[in-house]
Order: sequence, then C-alpha cells, then structure tokens
Amino acid sequence: MSKKILHSLNLNGEEVEVATPAGATLLETMREDLRILSAKRGCNQGVCGACTVLIDGKPVRACLTLTARCEGHAVQTMEGMGGDRVMATLQRHMVESGGVQCGFCTSGILISARELLEEDPAPSRAAVKTALSGNICRCTGYRTIVDAVCSAAEELAQ
Amino acid sequence: MSLVQPDPVFVGGSVGKSIAKPDNLEKVQGRAEYIADLYRPGMLHGAILASPHAHARIRGYDLTEALNAPGVVAIVTGDDVGDGRMGAFIKDEHAIARGKVLYVGEPVAAVAARTEQEARHACRLIKVDYEELPAVLSPEEGLADGAPVLHERLADYIKVFDAGSAGNLCSRTELSEGDVESAWADCDVIVEGEYTTQAQAHVSMEPCGALADVDANGRVTLWSANQSVFRVQANVCESLSLPMSKLRCLTPRVGAGFGNKMEAHIQPITVALALKAKRPVKLIMTREEDFEMVRARHPFRVRMKTGAKADGTLVARECEVLVDCGAFADDSPGVMGYSLLMCGGPYRIPNLKASGRLVYTNKLRFGAFRGFGNPQVLFAGEQQIDEIGDRLGLDPFAIRRKNMLREGDQWFVGPRIGSNGLALCLDAVEKAAKGPRADGSPRNFGLAVTAHISGLLGTGAIVRMLEDGTISLNTGATDIGQGSDTVLAQICAEELKMPFDQVAVASPDTDGSPYNWGTTASRVTYTTGRAVRAAAKQVVDQAMSHAAEMLECPIDDLELREGGRIGRRGANTDVTFAQISGRAHWAVGGPLVGSQTLVYDEPTHDPKRAIALGLPFPRIGVFSFAALGVDVDVDDTSGQVTVQEVWSAADVGRAINPRLVEVQLHGGFVQGLGYALYEEMVWDGARLANPSLMDYKVPTSRDVPDAIHTFIIEDPDPSGPFGAKGAGEIGLNAAAGAIANAVAKATGARHSHLPLTGERVLAGMLDSGTSSERSA
Repeated sequence: MSKKILHSLNLNGEEVEVATPAGATLLETMREDLRILSAKRGCNQGVCGACTVLIDGKPVRACLTLTARCEGHAVQTMEGMGGDRVMATLQRHMVESGGVQCGFCTSGILISARELLEEDPAPSRAAVKTALSGNICRCTGYRTIVDAVCSAAEELAQ
Repeated sequence: MSLVQPDPVFVGGSVGKSIAKPDNLEKVQGRAEYIADLYRPGMLHGAILASPHAHARIRGYDLTEALNAPGVVAIVTGDDVGDGRMGAFIKDEHAIARGKVLYVGEPVAAVAARTEQEARHACRLIKVDYEELPAVLSPEEGLADGAPVLHERLADYIKVFDAGSAGNLCSRTELSEGDVESAWADCDVIVEGEYTTQAQAHVSMEPCGALADVDANGRVTLWSANQSVFRVQANVCESLSLPMSKLRCLTPRVGAGFGNKMEAHIQPITVALALKAKRPVKLIMTREEDFEMVRARHPFRVRMKTGAKADGTLVARECEVLVDCGAFADDSPGVMGYSLLMCGGPYRIPNLKASGRLVYTNKLRFGAFRGFGNPQVLFAGEQQIDEIGDRLGLDPFAIRRKNMLREGDQWFVGPRIGSNGLALCLDAVEKAAKGPRADGSPRNFGLAVTAHISGLLGTGAIVRMLEDGTISLNTGATDIGQGSDTVLAQICAEELKMPFDQVAVASPDTDGSPYNWGTTASRVTYTTGRAVRAAAKQVVDQAMSHAAEMLECPIDDLELREGGRIGRRGANTDVTFAQISGRAHWAVGGPLVGSQTLVYDEPTHDPKRAIALGLPFPRIGVFSFAALGVDVDVDDTSGQVTVQEVWSAADVGRAINPRLVEVQLHGGFVQGLGYALYEEMVWDGARLANPSLMDYKVPTSRDVPDAIHTFIIEDPDPSGPFGAKGAGEIGLNAAAGAIANAVAKATGARHSHLPLTGERVLAGMLDSGTSSERSA
C-alpha cells in the first residue's frame, strides 16, 4: 500500500536520509524509522503535547507535522539536547522538585519550558503556566513542574 | 575474598528524606522506555477492529479480503480464543468478543501485520455478520422486567464471593449495624437526597499497549503497560486457557495508571496474535481506543439519608447505591462493596445501613479508578454533614470534630483502625485557612474529610546481599511513576543502615519476583513495605551470625552500624557487609538472602457487630485519614467555578518520602478537581461521544490554583513499615465533596449532580437568587 518516499532531514544536528511512507508524520518517521523515541504518542491529535519537538527552535507537535514539510528545517528532540545549558538546568530542577512522576509528558514539557526561557528568561508563574498549558500532565497537578521551571529560570539569571 | 570495594559511606538514614526518584534522570533525558518504545527482531504490529454495535450476536466472520491485504500475517477473532474467561471477582470476560458483542468499541477481531498502518487497513476489510439485539444503556433499564440479558450464562460463571447475581444484576451487597429504622425517631434533624455522579476517564498520558513474543518451545514473554505483572499473568492465562508457567510477564516504564492498567486491557489479544503469528507482536492503543475499550470510573446513583440529634451528634445514616457496571464485572463488585464500607465516612454513626446493586449495561466496563467508589459516596455524605451543621448552627470543623472516629474505634462492619490522625488534619487545615483572603475579601470555604485503606492481599520481598555487600531488592511491585521503587529502597536501606544508592530495585518479572497483587488500593508502601522491612531484617540477622563468628563474640554483643558494618559494642573493631558477604558466598553458610511473603489477613467483618451480605473484600486494611479545604470563586454570570486555594492535610502514618507524598496530594487533588468541575464521559445513545482529548477536557496548568498547601500528618501505624500507611488515593477522594460545599457557601445552592459545570452552578444561583442575571 503505502509507497515510501526518501526525505533528507536535519535531525539533532545530523543530516539523515530516511525512506518513510507518503503522508507520514514526523512523529511516525522518528519513532518507526529512526527510533528517536523521546517524543511520545499521547493523543496523535495535537492536544496533549507529549510529542513536542523543536523545528528551527520553535516548539511544534510532531504528530501534526508531515515529515515532508521538515526538509530544509532543523529538527531537535530531547536526544539532541545533551549539551544545552538551559535544558540541563531545567532537567536538574525537574529531578529535584518532584516534577517528574510517570515521565511520559516530561520531554514535551521540558521542550516547551526551554522555548519559554529563550523568549522570556525571567517568566512570572502565570507566564510559566501559560507556556505549559499545551502539555498535559495527569500525575503531578503541575505545581512541582511550575516550581521547577521558575527555580531553573532564577538559577540561570544569576 | 573477592571484589572487596572501598567501605561505603553512610549519608544518614533514608526514611523521612525526600530523595529524588532515581528514574527521574532517564525521564528528563527522554531515555525512559515505555511499552511503545520496545522493539523486537521480526516484530509485527497489531490493530483492533471494534464493535459498532452495543449488543449483537456474532453470526460469523469473513476474513478473506483482510488476510490478503498487504503485510497481514495473522488475524484473531473469538473463534481463536476458546471459552476461557477472566475477571477479578466474576469470571465473565473472554480475551476478545466471542459469540456476542456487549458494547460499542468492544474488540471483535485483531490483525498482526508488518506495520501499524497495514494492520489498521486490514481491520477495515474484516466483515462481521451481526444480528443486532436490543441494548441496555442504564442500570434502571437493566433491572426492568423483560430487559434484554447481557450474560445468559451468568449463573455458571466462576465467582469469588457471594455475588447474588441474577438477570442483569451483576452483584448486590448489603451491610448494616445498629437499627436504622427505629433510629430515625431519635433524630432532631434529618437530611435526605439523591445524587448522581458521572463517568470519569483515567487519561493516563501513556495509552495502553502490549508486546508479546513466543519462544521456540511455545512459551510466551509479555511486556505491557500494567499495574501488576501478576494480574496480567492471571488474566491472560485464564482467558486463553494457558498454564501460568507458560507465560512470563514483564514491565517497562509505565506512563501512569490510576487503576486503568490494573486488570487486563489488550494483553490477552496481543498474546493470541503472537501465538497465531508465531512472531513478536506489539499492539499500542490510540487515545480514542484507550477511551473506548479500557475502563472508566463508575457512574453512581446514590440515595442517602442522615440524621442527628440537636447537639449535632450523628445518629443514623442510610445509603443505597445503584451502580453502572458496564458490560463486564471487572473490579466493579469491589468498587461497589468498598463504596458501601466507606459511605459512613470517618464518623461514629451507631446506626448505619448500606446497600447496593451493580447492574450490567451495554457500555464500556467500569472499573478501578483512584478512590475506588469513595469519591462518589463522599460527594453525598460530606454535603449532608455540612447541611446538618448549617441547620444546627455548627461550623464544618465543629460538627466533624464532634462525630469523628477516634483511635481504638472500629470502622463500619468491624475493621480495626490503627492510628488515626484525623483530628490533627482538621487542626492543620483550620489553622492555615483561617481568616479572609490576602486582599481582605471573605473566603468561600468548603471542607470535606475522608479515610482510605491500605492493605489488601498478597505481597512479597526478596532482599539479596551481593558479593560486595550492596543490595538487590526484588518485590514484583510495578512502579507506575509514583515512586514505589524509591520508597521501598528507602525502607530497605533504612533497615540495613545502608546508603540508599546501594540498594538496586529489580523490575517486576513473574519468573523472578515474589508475588505482588498490584500497585493499587494505596497499598504498596504499606503492604509491600512490610515485606521489604521483614526481608531486610532477615539479612541483618544472617549478617549478625557471620559477624559473631568473625569477631568471636556472642551475637548479643554486636550492633549494626551505619554504612553496612557490624561491630562489637564498646569496641572500634567491626566487619563490613562486603567481608561478611564474601565469606558467605565463598566459604561459610551460603549467600545472604532474606525473603518474606505476607497477605493482609485481618478480617473486615465483625459478625458480632454487623450484618454483611455479598462483601467482596473479606480483609481490607488499615486506615489513612485526610481533611481537605478549598476556597472557590464563582463567576456570577457564567456560573464557572474557580478554585483559588487548597489546603490538603493527610495522615499517612509516616512519610517515607515526604516529597512523593506531597505530589500524590497535589496530583490527586487536581484529578479530583477535573472530576468535580468538568470531566465527563458522555454517551450519545450507545456510543461514547467524546473519546478524545479534544472533546474530553482534563485540567491543564492554567486550570489549577497556585496555592495548593499540603500538610503531612504523621500518626504512625504500629503495623506499617516505620509507621507508614498509604497515600495514593486519599488526596482525590474529598475533592468533589469539598468543592461542592464551597460552591454551596458561595451560591447558597446545593448540588446533587456531578460535574459542577457552569451551567449547573448558574442554574442553582438563579434558583437561590445569587446570580446577577436574575431570572425573570
């Protein structure tokens, strides 16, 4: 049935070629063809935010993004953020605050938070809550996640 | 002596410390592996065909076109699974629909193909010949004379308790103590009402899924999203008539549970596909399937009546519930029975009568969900306590203090109450919530109290000292993200006086782990923690025997020292666990292993005290207590309720890890907030109308108050590990009741239907004249 099409992607700083079915989403291509697994299929409808990745530095839903549309753009996932100081700080505060429970939403939340701190290095609590409102967490009640982002921002501002 | 490591440095006791969960690190790095992240060589992908009918006989299947579709390797239908049936209380459920379909969305066939896309495509080519039957869509319809019957062979099904099943009545439970009928005459005030609660979806962020592989001898290995590898094993083996020894169950990281992953979801279907395809098969549900095929919180109809004397002393309560079971019993008899045990709340009510009927309907099965029947009856009961207080001029704290159960009292029908910190919970909330808001405006304060058990059923722990003196802990308890691996390792490390990071926790594996009923019913810290502490103690005792020989002194002269050492009291000399374990492994006695299993065995029912018929849990557990205060705003034009501030106090005996307890209270409250205000599964006839996150709203970061204050009360339970009791559900139970009481305070109107949508609250305000949009 599905004919495969060759795409070249810039994924986490590397040029990769991948043959993926026509109409495949970035989430499907990353998971099924490239085994990039940090982005999760929580709803496949763009609501839950568990598949959030960065394209040209902006957070997008990988489940709503066609792979074909990613040619010529830089795609970044959690796997490619090992050297990022802001992400490392956010991660440390999430670990310490109790903002991680089951972890299924965590990558998406951290990527949304990373983008927020890029735009607004000293966000108010309300701004953090707004920035994370597209990422559903069913475990924590959000309090410890918002705490983590705020305290990471404070540390980075010093 | 081999592998002698440098002496470990002890960093102080583990219990009572908010140690960060070790799994946090892989989760923030995106490296944690959930079921969808697992792949096997030669693996196929599965997909499910769902029933379009609520109730229909299956006359036959035409699989020709689907079998010829690209990539298809195997198709499974009811013809492939035999007549085996599974079920926690009543064995009424096949692995996949067989003979009949009983709800819209029920799996009818499943395909294994090279890709998920191909499997889904082939599902659409399967033809099923149905003979439609009239459907039962509510408990009332199910009990009506001449109603169509869902389970014609119900009488023959295996049941693990006295269910009293008949027709569409799945089970009935009746409990009573005192003499309710004559007690009403002693009451100066009586309140009475009928309440309904809605179906709530769990919405674990990870949809359910499974991966099965078959080895050369036909033995199956099954990974799945679950709350108990042992319940997975039991359900798959019962429904597919496999010996348990032919199935090994494992678990990757689990993306939360809340009850929906405790009993089976699509594990039996996945195993059937792998057995037929003779290749590994992975089946991951879509979000829509997860809504339509798994399970949800029960809708309840509650009739409740409560009476008190003029001084506020409670005299009598009667509670009758009618519960929608859905198409299969699942955990429903337990949920209903437990709701009746809890319907009196944590109060002394000398005359209490509770009865319930659970009725099969042609809907998705309802089952376990955090709170397990407690939130439904509490929504009725805690409003009635406030109403009585209002009538008698007693404030919400005063009437609750006057009537609350005390240490040494027995719970309704008889279970013992160990420790009881409810009074301290009330004190903490009252003190913190006292007075007006920061801006001077008055609060719209609502209060509710609750209790919840921890205990239930079998568990075990194996503690092994490795050659170098570090520890391997194996309990079979699935950590679903709440942190039980961390808490159990803390208990183990504390007992051995070792550093936390020298205790490794094994992942649950039915081949190697001791039995654990499951991560459910707030039980792992309490029940499994007891086994862990006892098994660790055995290792200490064994180490002591070695040390006595090594140091040539009586055991009584020895002491366990921090950091994994044993020394002679008053002397500096000691031996390390590494030296002891090396000796045990290579020279004397054999490796050090502690092993403890237990089952919670204190009876629920005291026959001298109460009458109990159809009680599904003969032994429940010890009680945790909580008080919850909320302050709400109600928009006087839309009726929309906003929770401004929350005070949640819980007596958890001893907080092994306070941070993890706090997050349970936060997360539980927010899940309860969604339940109280807007979450609702809606059926359009027989079809679920909102099976997606677009149409089913759960709270987001913008919907929750910033100020959620938690108060951990520690009244140690003598039977708990270091005094600990459960904390997993108690933060949710009281949310809807407390919010309803706050809405009544704000609007002057009482509500008996959940959720408290803007529409309902506004209607109440129009009736009570508190809306600015006065009705004409």
